[in-house]
Amino acid sequence: MKKSILFLLAILALAPLALRAQTASTNAPGTNAPAMAAATNAPPADTSGPTPDPGGTLTGLSVDAQSPNGTFIVTAPADLSADDKKDPAKVKKFADDTKAFADYTAQSKLEPLAVKLSDSVGHNRVAINFMWTLITGFLVMFMQAGFALVETGLCRAKNAGHTMSMNFMIYPMGMLGFYVCGFAFMFGGMADPMSPNNGGIATMGGYAGLNHEFGFHIGDKFIGLLGGKGFMLQGAGYDTAAFALFLFQMVFMDTTATIPTGAAAERWRFSAFMIYGCCIGTFMYPVFGNWVWGNGWLSNLGSNFGLGHGHVDFAGSSVVHMQGGVIALIFAWLIGPRHGKYDKNGKIVHPIIPHSIPMVMLGTFILAFGWFGFNPGSSLAGTDLRIAVVAVNTMLASATGALGATLWMWWVRTKKPDPSMMCNGMLAGLVAITCPCAFVSAGGASLLGLIAGVLVVESVFFFDKLGIDDSVGAISVHGVNGAWGCLSLGLFADGTYGDGWNAVPGKVTGLFYGGGMSQFWAELIGVTVCFVTLSVLSLIVYYIAEMLVGNRVSLDVEIEGLDVPEMGVTGYGGMVMDKQSETPTLKA
Amino acid sequence: MKKIEAVIKPFKLDEVKDALSEAGIEGMTVLEVKGFGRQKGHTEIYRGSEYTVDFLPKVKIEVVLPDDMVDKATTAIIKAAKTGKVGDGKIFVSTIDHAIRIRTEEEGDKAI
Repeated sequence: MKKSILFLLAILALAPLALRAQTASTNAPGTNAPAMAAATNAPPADTSGPTPDPGGTLTGLSVDAQSPNGTFIVTAPADLSADDKKDPAKVKKFADDTKAFADYTAQSKLEPLAVKLSDSVGHNRVAINFMWTLITGFLVMFMQAGFALVETGLCRAKNAGHTMSMNFMIYPMGMLGFYVCGFAFMFGGMADPMSPNNGGIATMGGYAGLNHEFGFHIGDKFIGLLGGKGFMLQGAGYDTAAFALFLFQMVFMDTTATIPTGAAAERWRFSAFMIYGCCIGTFMYPVFGNWVWGNGWLSNLGSNFGLGHGHVDFAGSSVVHMQGGVIALIFAWLIGPRHGKYDKNGKIVHPIIPHSIPMVMLGTFILAFGWFGFNPGSSLAGTDLRIAVVAVNTMLASATGALGATLWMWWVRTKKPDPSMMCNGMLAGLVAITCPCAFVSAGGASLLGLIAGVLVVESVFFFDKLGIDDSVGAISVHGVNGAWGCLSLGLFADGTYGDGWNAVPGKVTGLFYGGGMSQFWAELIGVTVCFVTLSVLSLIVYYIAEMLVGNRVSLDVEIEGLDVPEMGVTGYGGMVMDKQSETPTLKA
Repeated sequence: MKKIEAVIKPFKLDEVKDALSEAGIEGMTVLEVKGFGRQKGHTEIYRGSEYTVDFLPKVKIEVVLPDDMVDKATTAIIKAAKTGKVGDGKIFVSTIDHAIRIRTEEEGDKAI
């Protein structure tokens, strides 16, 4: 009764905020001139910074028609400050730029058609990138189904309803947390000029309204910690580019969110899981996320402290997978192993075998497919042709990961090719390539995927030896290989891409290609910070849930299966259960 | 009235059913069971850890028939189910006190 009242109060508290968002008026369709649009737009609540564009008609203009290094369109130069006027080089540049702008203005008057065409080209260019970001985001959303199938297939049939439900509910729970405040924490400061790596949503029109980053200074270096704009996608957040970015980043957050459900499966109380679900999107994920992708301090290790290009993570080996893996580690460790698997000395006496290998493999293929959205999509630009390299690298690493794990099990470890390890191997390769996918060659991608395949096998055995029961191998696939993926960038980045990444000039280069150790150190620092930060946050959330409801179900419930006691309905109604699906009893 | 319970290898079910039909037995109940006799289970490996699979899948056929048909039935079952290898199964014969056909409420030998 108390819980339902609390729930209703929460809805009532959020309702006025939701209604407020709907009263902002939309642009008249077809208008493209900024002056006209400003007259019809309701002013945003927060007027500091660029005007957000909820209607999408102000995004994608002539200025976007130019390539990154082109000078197709010329804009008026910014006025010089008093200090700048003392610098003769800057004064000369100002004079040159002013003349160029005057020439351009005169020329555009002679060629009005060219000006109109450039508007259209700019709009189409930005539109391609919007579409790319959104569609790859939809692919990543489908990975939720992949995770659900992999985890449920690897667990016992009597827990299928509960395991599926966790994977199902984490999608809306994580999303809503990210919507309420997580996105603002993570990206609210991306355009804050105080931080060196600041920039608007460059590939989708350059909107720079998410421009407040909380942090502090060490000397003249800004240490960004958390963003502060775009809460509930209102005000500065109600802009079409911000919305596209939100959707894309939200499905990444949901990928992290669903990882721990596998490691703690078959004994995690559903109410405790829901408490975790409230925390993951709101603050657990966005903190480290801001530090790497939101213009926070880890991305600025290069510009502030000269460490390579700062902590580089193209699609999220650390931001997404390692975060999930560390949470999985802490939760699996604290919640304890499943009953009957280990004896008193921690040796496995009764392995708990998967109830559906077809489900696991189908899920793995769905994940591999969704990863084509995950990695290439992280360019946020269909116009960045490096996406072809990203996609192929992703594919190759998945293949060598699967092969590496299979052969390692078959020839070295157990003399049988193990289907569950085939899948873990493919996923490990995918996790490992996620960070360096844009920066390595096909050879590098294949090799680091192969290493990931071997690493995941050894890691699974390692954690079992420690007595940490990871029902699905989540810690090894996502945590260990997330770290490996980042470190491998410091080794294998081949210097063919990434000029200006994180506001550091030059292309991203690792140790084996003459880049020295600095990129590797930046990656190592990022990985270490990830481990420490997420360990602390996970401990806090676990103990909050422990105090409120208790994390682990009772032994009776665990033996019966969580479906009926926790969820009220059996996952497989009308099917006869196999004896193997029962909880193994410990011998005295 | 006697009851025959025959535990056989699952893939032999069709052969045994046909053999019993030829012998004039007109009904049976079939269950999927697990078991072992002297054919022990075997060891498997999952992710590097060994576990024993003690129980093997079997099929159990139950037939209730008049006393004079028992020998004919057991001969048919043995002929159809035997492979000569360990694990062929066992036949048990017991006495039935009473039988009733639900639809017509016939009793005794008329019910089987």
